[in-house]
Amino acid sequence: MSDAPVKHIRTPLARVRGRGAARSGTGHFWRQRLTAVANIPLTIAAVIIIIVLLGRNQAAAAQILGSPAVAIIMLLFVASVTTHMRIGMQVIIEDYVHDDSAKLTLLMANTFFTVAVALASAYGILKLSFGV
Amino acid sequence: MVQFALPKNSKITEGKTWPHPTTARAEREYRIYRWSPDDGHNPRIDTYYVDTGDCGPMVLDALIWIKNNVDATLTFRRSCREGICGSCAMNIDGTNTLACTKAMSDISGTVRIYPLPHMPVVKDLVPDLTNFYAQHASIEPWLHTVSPTPRKEWKQSHDDRQKLDGLYECILCACCSTSCPSYWWNSDRYLGPAALLQAYRWISDSRDEATGERLDDLEDPFRLYRCHTIMNCAKACPKHLNPAKAIAEIKRMLVERQV
Repeated sequence: MSDAPVKHIRTPLARVRGRGAARSGTGHFWRQRLTAVANIPLTIAAVIIIIVLLGRNQAAAAQILGSPAVAIIMLLFVASVTTHMRIGMQVIIEDYVHDDSAKLTLLMANTFFTVAVALASAYGILKLSFGV
Repeated sequence: MVQFALPKNSKITEGKTWPHPTTARAEREYRIYRWSPDDGHNPRIDTYYVDTGDCGPMVLDALIWIKNNVDATLTFRRSCREGICGSCAMNIDGTNTLACTKAMSDISGTVRIYPLPHMPVVKDLVPDLTNFYAQHASIEPWLHTVSPTPRKEWKQSHDDRQKLDGLYECILCACCSTSCPSYWWNSDRYLGPAALLQAYRWISDSRDEATGERLDDLEDPFRLYRCHTIMNCAKACPKHLNPAKAIAEIKRMLVERQV
């Protein structure tokens, strides 16, 4: 309890009600579960693909990664994992960062970083597939 | 940004050690959090020795014994002393629970008592629960109906009444909400397990006609979705209720109505 002059007087209920419910969040919750389930088979597949690539030269690795089935699995893996990663990191930022400007900056950085990682990975896979 | 260190005036210091009872055959050491808004000092931990032969078996009995026999300034809330009013909720031996239903014999060694965690302290073991009660009020814990009021009563089947078991027994002691790390960090926006359990109690009441509006008011990244299923709430509840399950049911209903 501080002796500083009170800046705002609101009832406790007005403070709790705030600006009302955002009427969103369920989509996020559902996508986080959906990608979590998708990550199970996709991560296993990605690990198997990486094991298969071990010890091969660049040409052989490029041929395997560029084959349609492997490329599609890897693209799905990248899409699912980066979506999951972005939502997970967003929740952590919202949990712990309470300063509004810092929060918005970090949320933006989180999205930029995830999109960059996702696009760079997808570009690499597509380049191997189409040999451009 | 993130605050890692406690403010200076929150650092707990060593307090007074009160004298042993003179005629006690068996005694128990109590280490209790003390803070007064009046003297400007930091909080301190006082040490008391309770004559267990002269007081009842529960932790609340010991606190009352201390207040009567050793230190009349020790401040705490208590009323029913039988686990139905929720007044004497505090952190005992590292767990939030009711002092009146926690037996001294269930604790080994020194009994350590603090106020409920992460709430503003009014004095000693008395936390300020204003925000907690406002959150309960915000979920409008009463029957909402549009249909004309029946002449006698709103009817409910036995099966539907049973759905309220495990929900209506909440005594709003705040043990669950104040044990939840997510509530510690975001209690200004996250409603917390106690208020959400009560929200679900009204959502699952067959007589209530505002289920959709109630779900609308909960659908929010902070109000509801700050629950990360840590489950401290279910572990802490002295009435053995499961707020985490109630919150999961609310999330399930929200997903089902849109997916």
